[in-house]
Amino acid sequence: MIADHTQTATTPHDTRSIAAALRVNDFAFRIATVNGTGSASANGLLMQAIFRMGIPVSGKNVFPSNIQGLPTWYEIRVNHRGHVARTPNFDLVVAMNNATYGRDLMELAPGAYVLFDSSWPMPDAVHRPDLRFLGVPLARLCADAFSGGRARLLLKNIAYVGALAALLEIPLDIIDTLLAEQFSSKKKLLDSNFAAVRIGYDYAQAHFECPLPIRLAAMPASDDRVLIDGNTAAALGCVYAGATVGAWYPITPATSLMDAFRMFCARYRVDPESGQNLFHIVQAEDELSAAGIVIGASWAGARSFTPTSGPGISLMSEFIGLAYYAEVPAVFFDVQRTGPSTGMPTRTQQGDLMLTAYASHGDTKHVVLYPADPGECFTMAVAAFDLAERFQTPVFVLSDLDIAMNDWLCPRFRWNDTWRPDRGSVLTAEQLEGMTQYFRYLDDDGDHIAARTLPGVHPRGAYFTRGSGHTRLGTYTEDADDYVEVMERLAAKIDSAADAVPQPVMYSGAAVQVPVVHSALGSIQATARQDARGPGEASDAGRSRVRVGLVSIGSCDAAVREAVDRMSERGLPVDYMRIRGFPFNDRVEAFLLEHEIVFVIEQNRDAQLRSLLLLETQATKDRLRSIRDYGGVPLSADVVIRGVLLGVADATEPHDTATVELRSAV
Amino acid sequence: MTTSIPKPRIHHPSLERNSIGLTRRDYEGSMSTLCAGCGHDSVTAAIIRAFWELSIPPHRVAKLSGIGCSSKTPTYFLREAHGFNSVHGRMPSIATGAGAANRDLIMIGISGDGDSLSIGLGQFCHAMRRGVRMLYVLENNGVYGLTKGQFSASADVGTKAKRGEVNRNEPIDPVLLALSLGATFVARSFSGDREQLVPILKAGLAHRGFAFIDVISPCVTFNDHEGSTKSYRFTRDHMREVIAADFTDGAVRDGGLDGAGNGHAIHADPGDETPAESPDLVPIRTEITAAYAPGSVHEIRMHDGSTVRLRKIDENFESTDRDAVYAYVRERQRAGEIPTGLLYMEPEALDMHAMEGTVARPLVDLAFESLCPGAGKLDALMEEFR
Repeated sequence: MIADHTQTATTPHDTRSIAAALRVNDFAFRIATVNGTGSASANGLLMQAIFRMGIPVSGKNVFPSNIQGLPTWYEIRVNHRGHVARTPNFDLVVAMNNATYGRDLMELAPGAYVLFDSSWPMPDAVHRPDLRFLGVPLARLCADAFSGGRARLLLKNIAYVGALAALLEIPLDIIDTLLAEQFSSKKKLLDSNFAAVRIGYDYAQAHFECPLPIRLAAMPASDDRVLIDGNTAAALGCVYAGATVGAWYPITPATSLMDAFRMFCARYRVDPESGQNLFHIVQAEDELSAAGIVIGASWAGARSFTPTSGPGISLMSEFIGLAYYAEVPAVFFDVQRTGPSTGMPTRTQQGDLMLTAYASHGDTKHVVLYPADPGECFTMAVAAFDLAERFQTPVFVLSDLDIAMNDWLCPRFRWNDTWRPDRGSVLTAEQLEGMTQYFRYLDDDGDHIAARTLPGVHPRGAYFTRGSGHTRLGTYTEDADDYVEVMERLAAKIDSAADAVPQPVMYSGAAVQVPVVHSALGSIQATARQDARGPGEASDAGRSRVRVGLVSIGSCDAAVREAVDRMSERGLPVDYMRIRGFPFNDRVEAFLLEHEIVFVIEQNRDAQLRSLLLLETQATKDRLRSIRDYGGVPLSADVVIRGVLLGVADATEPHDTATVELRSAV
Repeated sequence: MTTSIPKPRIHHPSLERNSIGLTRRDYEGSMSTLCAGCGHDSVTAAIIRAFWELSIPPHRVAKLSGIGCSSKTPTYFLREAHGFNSVHGRMPSIATGAGAANRDLIMIGISGDGDSLSIGLGQFCHAMRRGVRMLYVLENNGVYGLTKGQFSASADVGTKAKRGEVNRNEPIDPVLLALSLGATFVARSFSGDREQLVPILKAGLAHRGFAFIDVISPCVTFNDHEGSTKSYRFTRDHMREVIAADFTDGAVRDGGLDGAGNGHAIHADPGDETPAESPDLVPIRTEITAAYAPGSVHEIRMHDGSTVRLRKIDENFESTDRDAVYAYVRERQRAGEIPTGLLYMEPEALDMHAMEGTVARPLVDLAFESLCPGAGKLDALMEEFR
């Protein structure tokens, strides 16, 4: 029985008991607060504590583009199987924001819990007798226990962490340890935080039946996991790759990448003898300048990068074309946010897929890497510098706000000390000394890449870098044949990068057995029978089969994997390919052609990934269906499953039992 | 079709050689394709002379430009230097990056009034603020040449275009702008006055910071007519040298760093005229003076050991006070004069590297091993994310 008998007078709704099933390590909750009130550290504390219990967890910060006073939510999902993509289904809300109280309640499923501050009456805006209300007079308790308005405000957050610890069964010693690590040098703060945790904990223990049926239980701890955000990971990749020059213009959600780079450089890149920096960070006046600084530094021989977001890429586009045509390496991190224009700067999206693939005027095409999580932000940051220098061209690492700014559970990062950067074809003074003549754009070994030289090295290496028409010798031209010759080599060069970018990741459910009655799309009957054969072997004697494939990219991965697993369990096994690099290689195309129906899942309105696949592969429009979710919150598995089922149903006989069953299972 | 014609590289045996054994021809580039009589070609000639006289090894130089007539000119000098003809108005950011990566590069940027004062005004300003160590030459003709004669942002109010239109928009004056933005080396000269220009260029190359020179460089095709305030005639009639710069070289040495760890290829050992470790080093001690009546002299020792002697021509001019220089230039311009000379200089300027605390060795020369923290540190770091 869950009821707050002492607070029913201030509870705006009936407190009713609804039988709830026990669910251990498999639920989601969200904390609704006002930004600028210090809730971020409390929420991080919760997340960290659950992580230390060894339970797969994710935390999504849904925050406003504002410094103080607007609604913010922190969403935590725990799942013992590791499915921690965002879910819109919350089992509990910590409703600390009066302004969103009604909405926060409306979005809950029947039977969900509402933890609220019962110090004052809550607005009676929503009639939800089906919810379970847990009133804790957080403000009153903190006012009694602490002095100072700011301390009371901040510690109120820590008090709800304490209440949740009791309700969800988080061991207090874990929270205490985390607090001790955080406030090791501030005894007074540590003591008041300890006290605040107890206030919430004790109140919940005294007034509610703790723990709730949704609860946590420690799992065998794995040393192999870390909790890290994508921008920190990417910055670390830049440090490990040997990048020395970083230029940027502050922009959400890319800013923390350069903040992290600066922090890591302060730690690892200060010459112990002189105290001087082995790096140079320039905060540019705008993104145009940031791009120019990166190109100038790379041209002079440094590994250089800029973190930005879509608006920055728009501004950098002219320079990107220069780097492409003049063949100057450059690394761009595009941490995508919701567009177009200013859009919603603190919401996530995958809206820059087309932009980065072909940024700039004229015929241009770029190497793009698509990390799915912070682990790949680290490895792909390193790979980006190698690819940029090897192919002498701009390389984009296309992250997004969800990956970049939220903490993700990742395999521990590792480093191989024997790794050395691939600096590409760069002639040394000795090599130049032995040559009679040097021509910048002459490809003498047929790999479409011409050796470059760096300024200041040798008089024979001098050439004129220009964005105007040039011949293979590097001289200015307005001659059609000379111009075309260089452009053709550039096209071949970028195409050859398709095999150098990270390969797609294949994730297979078993192939679906579906007899085709009319045409591939005319009738698909998903029998629930599992096919024991692997992907690529979809034909059977005397019977055609239709295979369903999912294609996705970047941060959609967690939701798509969960969807694949759930559909597979329910009798619709599908294959899944996550694309990790552009230009697409043969494996990408093969997957599309091997599957009769392909769902392309992405977070933008216009199906940009699908468009790219149609442009760059032999796949046809009828083959590629689209599932899109682009409202700014991370993708959830429900959206994927619903999209696949609708698509399959669209092409299936109306009374197909498997799909009906599946739909009801969503 | 081409816009650069290679020059024959046959040298007359009697051509004078500088201290590293190079003749002036070794500092040339391709043949100019600008209009005959273009002021920019005179600036190019002055640049060639300045680099030659300073005995700077050409390959140590990076010559950078944006887009426009002026931006074509780096092709016409220092053929053994890397050149970078970037995008319109964005050369300062390329220079910032190149200088950040390799502080030993000797950078010269050539720009125009369209490039620096319109499309690239922001980059021009911020490179100055940032103290990018470079010589920045703005070849100022008040007009867009390649697009056939539109007014630029430096066109004076009342100046007449070739087709008769009169400019009504206030000009952006790069010298006043530079002074107000804290530039540490600000000069104005005239392409038709090589005697004034060459020592200023040399002083600019010796300056440890952003050295800005606005050079009035008339466009013979679109802006050299009656009624133009950027014509040869108007400039000659109205320019007034207020302070002359005489430049005396320090020792010049190929490469390396000076004792203070300040990478730059122009160095000097004050008091040691023939440093033993540089056999190819024969300091030029030719004093270059302009043919103006001498006034009071202010001698400035540069970090590389060279000396700039500033001779006041107008005794009312106070060159060490930024605000006074600003007020003076503004007042004289209102009176219809074009004050020229090395108007303002801070010999103790801090450049970008000094402000950022970058290591003395160019970043491009650092070994990967000194940049990558390695597996052990990563393992330790990972514990902080648990």
